[in-house]
Amino acid sequence: MTAVISPDTHHDDAHEAHEHHGPTGVLKWLTTTDHKIIGLSYTVTAVLMLVIGGFFAELIRVQLSAPYEHFLSFAQYNEVFTMHGSIMIYLFAGPMAFGALANIIVPIQIGAPDMAFPRLNALSYWLYLTGSITMLSGFFVSGGAANFGWVGYAPLSNAANSPGAGADLWIGALLLTGFSAIFTGVNICATVFYLRAPGMTLFRMPIFTWNLLVTSILILLAFPVLTAGLIMLYCDRHFGTHIFSVQGGGVPVLWQHIFWFWGHPEVYILALPFFGMVTEIIPVFSRKPVFGYKGMVFATLTIAALSLGVWAHHMFTTGTVLLPFFSIMSLLIAVPTGIKLFNWIGSMWRGQIWFSAAMLFAIGFVITFLIGGLTGIYLASPPLDFFTHDTYFVVAHFHSVVMALVMGGIAGLYYWGPKITGYLLNETIGKIQFWFLFIGSQVFTLPLYILGLRGMPRRMAVYPNNPGWQHLNEIATFGAVLIGISTVLFVVNILVSWKKYPAGDNPWDGHTLEWFTTSPPPHHNFYRLPQIRSERPTWDYNHPEAPALTHGTHEEK
Amino acid sequence: MKLEARILLVLGLFFAIMGTVYWIWSGENAGGMMIIAGGLLGFLPGSYYWWWSRRMPVRPEDRDGDVTEGAGFVGAFPGTSIFPFTLGAGAFFAVLSLVFGFWLMVPGLGLIVWAAIGGVAESRRGGTQ
Ligand code: HEM
Ligand SMILES: [Cu+2]
Repeated sequence: MTAVISPDTHHDDAHEAHEHHGPTGVLKWLTTTDHKIIGLSYTVTAVLMLVIGGFFAELIRVQLSAPYEHFLSFAQYNEVFTMHGSIMIYLFAGPMAFGALANIIVPIQIGAPDMAFPRLNALSYWLYLTGSITMLSGFFVSGGAANFGWVGYAPLSNAANSPGAGADLWIGALLLTGFSAIFTGVNICATVFYLRAPGMTLFRMPIFTWNLLVTSILILLAFPVLTAGLIMLYCDRHFGTHIFSVQGGGVPVLWQHIFWFWGHPEVYILALPFFGMVTEIIPVFSRKPVFGYKGMVFATLTIAALSLGVWAHHMFTTGTVLLPFFSIMSLLIAVPTGIKLFNWIGSMWRGQIWFSAAMLFAIGFVITFLIGGLTGIYLASPPLDFFTHDTYFVVAHFHSVVMALVMGGIAGLYYWGPKITGYLLNETIGKIQFWFLFIGSQVFTLPLYILGLRGMPRRMAVYPNNPGWQHLNEIATFGAVLIGISTVLFVVNILVSWKKYPAGDNPWDGHTLEWFTTSPPPHHNFYRLPQIRSERPTWDYNHPEAPALTHGTHEEK
Repeated sequence: MKLEARILLVLGLFFAIMGTVYWIWSGENAGGMMIIAGGLLGFLPGSYYWWWSRRMPVRPEDRDGDVTEGAGFVGAFPGTSIFPFTLGAGAFFAVLSLVFGFWLMVPGLGLIVWAAIGGVAESRRGGTQ
């Protein structure tokens, strides 16, 4: 199949026949290499994982709603919190960040007909799907699923302490999803480097695409380390090596170094794509260009660079790491993150804000992320971390952050969903869903901060009847119920709005190229393209009277 | 292309400096090694792009290119292909063989080899519809 792009000569041209004939039904799904269909498969799978992982979260919260509760056995509790964390990080947040909307939107935003390597892209999805099946199948083997936490610390994860197929399935699943991520990283880098439309200089790329480029570079830096570590772990478990065991002369804490060398960049691999989504949404619904475009790009690159030097802030209490180095680097990362927050507010400042559902979720993201980012700064200071490490304070910190990411992701689905499906979602249900999610997230995390400061340890199935603990846990569980209701509302909204509200090509008066093509875009994305002279070509085309943006001029000679 | 190269080279340089400082200051080998390796990931593709960017004309996407310059033939893209699925299924069996017994490697490798041959042959034909 050859891709042909025709320039925009006559705006009213009837769409020429550019139909794609191929298999239909299941065979189409199995054989497709179209980035939009692959991205849609990613989206559906990731949302399914969110629902499954969310179900486990509700089980955890029921267990913790009272001290000495017997809802789950200790063994079940360990499996449930391990699989909750593993599903959410490896199978939901990651693929949702760099596989779902990224796959669909990045090629369109730069005017490309597809990803650079369409078949590799399909392979990424199949590895993700089979990896997910592998991990979940742990529940069906004797001994049950993995139960050593989503971080798989040595020596708990060795053959003596975690015998059974569940642990090996966990390792195998991460091998598959790890390669899936690496291939996606390669693909996005190549697409952005080689398939941009004429005039689309790097500094005219939408911030979402920029963030995915940087995310992809981070994937290539981080994921191979995890994959190597998993192979070592497997060898320790089955081939008698002693890389992570003291008895054989190995070093258990080496696993933590390897894991977090992947693990901290991973949190930015999860975060940057959602930063990008919000950075697209806020300016569009404020009717302004993004505030501080180059500052945003610079902040993203700085975050990526620094994120390789902060991993051991997860290991402060091991007593074996260089505290000042990791503390300084972690505090430094707050600076570019702060620039981003400042620019999001700047983008809204004096804009004509349209409080659509997507915009509400984006604002909810900014507020919730601010809470998580600020408590991250507390944890980056070793004296404070010694006090709060392995308590619910840490759990609260990262749940503030990841609940923010969930809001960012849902903002993205409300914003770009119509582009892929051709139909809008119901705005009223969307807004109700937002308030449940936003209030639920705060009601869920804020008591956990207090519990952490009062010393409640994480990863415990039962807790003593200390004054106030039960009450705070009940509030947290109530918050979790609100979040659960918001998820149900999302599903309800999809069903209610099914093919009801046609979107048209450009429902939000968008800035970037995806709003120039049809909804859904044709095979190979474009019938025609506008001239690209700024970072908002579609807006320029639709508003010829507006003055051109100055920083859009290109510099490379 | 120059800018792409510069981004990777600057990242590589940053990791090289950070890695050296960390390694000397901490004396901890695993982390030092991993940051330096990260630097290489900046330098290798970065210097390759740099080398190329000096030997090719500035591309339309690196300047105020006109959309008409991108019109016409963009490249051959495979329309549909079963081989990514075959390869994925092969990898799935290969991983399951780590858990449930080595015999599963037989279907795993079989599918992988089939996909490799089939995929290459497909590319030679210039893709499919
Ligand atoms: C302002 C930037 C941030 C700083 C300074 C920061 C700092 C920290 C520190 C020091 C810890 C370790 C606490 C401990 O275990 O005692 C931690 C844990 C964690 N952070 Fe952050 N963080 C930041 C942003 C983020 C972001 C953006 C994410 C996710 C997208 C995130 C996710 C996590 C997770 C998942 C953990 C817990 C891992 C575990 O032990 O299970 N953080 N953070
Ligand atoms: Cu971290």
